[in-house]
Amino acid sequence: MQPISATNDFVVKFANVNGSGSASANELFARAVLRMGVPVASRNIFPSNIQGLPTWYEVRVSGEGWLGRRGGVDLMVAMNPQTWDKDVASIDPGGYLLYDSTKPLPAAKLRKDVTLLPVPLTEMCNRAYSDPRQRQLFKNITYIGALAFLLGIEATAVQWLIAEQFEGKEKLIAPNLQAFNLGYDYAREHLKNACLLKLARTDKVGNRIFIGGNEAAALGCVWGGAAVCAWYPITPSTSVAEYFTKHCERYRVDPVSKKNRYAVVQAEDEIAAIGMVLGANWNGARAFTATSGPGISLMQEFFGFAYYAEVPAVVFDVQRGGPSTGMPTRTQQSDLLLAAYAGHGDTKHVLLFPEDPREAFEFAAAAFDLAERLQTPVFVMSDLDIAMNDWLCKPFVWEKDRKLDRGKVMTAEDLEAGKTFGRYLDVDGDAIPYRTLPGTHPTLGAYFTRGSSHDGQARYTEEGTLYVAGMQRLLKKFETAKSLVPQPVERSAKEKAKHGVIYYGSTSGAMNEALDTLERQGFRLDALRVRAFPFPENVIDFINAHESVFLVEQNRDAQLQKLLVNECAIDPARFISILHYDGTPITARFITGTIADRLKLAKAKEAAE
Amino acid sequence: MTYITKPKLHHPGLATNKLGFTHRDYEGRISTLCAGCGHDSISAAVIQACFELDIEPHRVAKLSGIGCSSKTPDYFLGQSHGFNAVHGRMPSVLTGANLANRELIYLGVSGDGDSASIGFGQFVHCLRRGVNMVYICENNGVYGLTKGQFSATADKGSKAKSGAINADSPIDLVSLAIMLGATFVARGFSGDRKQLVPLIKAAITHQGSAVLDIISPCVTFNNHAGSTKSFDFVRAHNEAVNRLDYVPAEKEITVDYKEGSTEIVRQHDGSVLKLAKLRSDYDPSSRVAALAHLQDRQEAGEIATGLLFLDPKPEDLHGHLNTIDAPLNRLGQDELCPGADALEAVNAEYR
Repeated sequence: MQPISATNDFVVKFANVNGSGSASANELFARAVLRMGVPVASRNIFPSNIQGLPTWYEVRVSGEGWLGRRGGVDLMVAMNPQTWDKDVASIDPGGYLLYDSTKPLPAAKLRKDVTLLPVPLTEMCNRAYSDPRQRQLFKNITYIGALAFLLGIEATAVQWLIAEQFEGKEKLIAPNLQAFNLGYDYAREHLKNACLLKLARTDKVGNRIFIGGNEAAALGCVWGGAAVCAWYPITPSTSVAEYFTKHCERYRVDPVSKKNRYAVVQAEDEIAAIGMVLGANWNGARAFTATSGPGISLMQEFFGFAYYAEVPAVVFDVQRGGPSTGMPTRTQQSDLLLAAYAGHGDTKHVLLFPEDPREAFEFAAAAFDLAERLQTPVFVMSDLDIAMNDWLCKPFVWEKDRKLDRGKVMTAEDLEAGKTFGRYLDVDGDAIPYRTLPGTHPTLGAYFTRGSSHDGQARYTEEGTLYVAGMQRLLKKFETAKSLVPQPVERSAKEKAKHGVIYYGSTSGAMNEALDTLERQGFRLDALRVRAFPFPENVIDFINAHESVFLVEQNRDAQLQKLLVNECAIDPARFISILHYDGTPITARFITGTIADRLKLAKAKEAAE
Repeated sequence: MTYITKPKLHHPGLATNKLGFTHRDYEGRISTLCAGCGHDSISAAVIQACFELDIEPHRVAKLSGIGCSSKTPDYFLGQSHGFNAVHGRMPSVLTGANLANRELIYLGVSGDGDSASIGFGQFVHCLRRGVNMVYICENNGVYGLTKGQFSATADKGSKAKSGAINADSPIDLVSLAIMLGATFVARGFSGDRKQLVPLIKAAITHQGSAVLDIISPCVTFNNHAGSTKSFDFVRAHNEAVNRLDYVPAEKEITVDYKEGSTEIVRQHDGSVLKLAKLRSDYDPSSRVAALAHLQDRQEAGEIATGLLFLDPKPEDLHGHLNTIDAPLNRLGQDELCPGADALEAVNAEYR
């Protein structure tokens, strides 16, 4: 078997034990590749556990800049005996296996068609360190050292990173460098020319940033003017609130009084969290919560309330594997229907689908404008893949003259000037009413917010015609939303295409690569990335312009497809579902393979006819 | 209930307060509760308290949950914004509203079903946080809107209108409130306006979590023999530990009081609470003593009322969170958004 030979285009996967200190070492590897100007896409695949269960870190090295998962493994760093057999079996033929060779392994445990890269990590670290904790921890940095030599990572790039990482804890720099050199030197002496996967310095990273989606979303909340965050811990959304706090401590402390221009409350549960968010938004402060599927389930009653009483709210649904507790540390796009129709009775909500951390930032900030403009909850549908992995993405942008859109709020001056106020009256024809904030005026503009049926003046009524008028206005308001939400992004095939493909959210990275591969294989496809619900009209136009449309989703039930069928009255037969929902992020190889098979089949059928 | 709209006109000789408002300016819409409902007496007491405190009605936000009691904010302070939340979740909405604007007075109105059953968790946690509010629980031991089921505050052995006997132990909201860190805890009776109005006034001026558990008999479903929340039963077993007199900050205390029988407590805003001790052994400044007394009276089948616990120097949620003095909802874009240059600096840190 010919060993795989590739430069700046391969997949390295690390198989570790959770809690063994591997995460920071593996991340160091990804950052070192970036420092060489080579784009990476890194994915954490981790268990719902603090210590002991298997965890993986996958680094896609791609000089071409593909940021989704490719699929397959070229080099496995197998550090976990629990998963050894599966890890070794998952290496592509011709690939490489780096492992701890301190104890000899029987031949049956190894493969003949992969190149072995044995490094006696335990032995080396036991010799170099006396502290048991250090002996364990430094194994990780030692294998990074070996990898650096094998792949041709510039040692200086790693050394700088180590120095940066331990800034302020200088004592740790020397032992880390020692461990790195231990591995580097060992590989140089014993594994020279053993690996044909190589890194070569280039300039493909440009001015892009490397950041996780939860931190990006939190920054979007700071820039978007959120003043209140109420939340309840739940994987994978927890760090949104934590990063929001961290960045507020930096940007939102009054320089004179040293007091906070923000409030973060860890609520007793998700119901209380959304209650606080509604209370704050009702009272004129931008407020959000971050949660995942189980939290969205719990918040249902309040979502119906906010829809009907027209209270703004921003909700981050960082989706994970469902149903029920499901796979808390794995990714899915399986809350679309839950969020779109959250609440009993006839309800609909605005959903945004960010593709990466950059859009998580952008949509977070946009969500506050939309929520206040439309006076309704807005869901930012992130997922674990975007949220908890660092992505290489375009830098965040904030126009110098950008103004927060605080929506239709009547002030005391407006009321004094004699403007008619009726909380639920459609004065402008866009079905969006005006609101007042509590405490605005001594005698004008007070109203009663309620989830029970109400008339244009917010008075309780059980009069059917008034109720229907209100519900119809809400529908019309949803129409207004179509033009305000982020519009879909279309990418046309080079030549006219019979087939289209629709995708959204974190599928983007893998999809971009798949589209490129399919094009090279001679399959023509027009692509549309949907970025929000309700769907703008051109989504329907796109579907109608194609014989059939592939719909790529990371859930079992084709939830976006169901939303399209439901809301746009489209014949379900026009869609071909491409579904990936095992909890790992979708791969380019999966998309390419499944779509190519379908198109080949279609071609063969055509030829036979 | 009545369906006749109240006329806007009122007698020219109606008393006005410092703001020039009459009682009528503190009223709301016509109550739709049953005639004689204890809750309407509480609404009247709230109106009187706000009138006497010269509160601008629009500086109050009234929030409630679901149930008979939670309907009442529609029946007082018509110039205040109201929020009728979902069942049992008033405390969280109030907490959020309070975070957004610390300058308003937050009046939460709930019932025993709303607070002690479905919303028990929220009742507990908003008190732990020390939200600056007045939390009124209009407690009748029964679900009125769904016609007479026991609530979680119904006493063990209490008889329903249908004849059923309650076998479950009751939840005592005042004891809990004291344990959870509320800094003003009182129990009143809707049938005793003289006791109630000063309690509400003191609770409003208290700058912390103030809980008022008000026994408020349900005339339709829980006012019969065998009920421990009927007018007759409460009158017969009411054991007031003190009588409260509220004196605003600027007024001097002129009324003489007998040494040893009256306790003077100065609140943070300078106002004074004069407590005429009806039980010489009762000490409202001690959580432990208050809890012991409540247990003791409960054992004896009595209902202790009055100001049960008071910490005159309360902390509140804003203090814990160190939020700025100005309301968060008044912050402008420059105070909220760090801007374009700061974002460029963030980008640079992630390269």
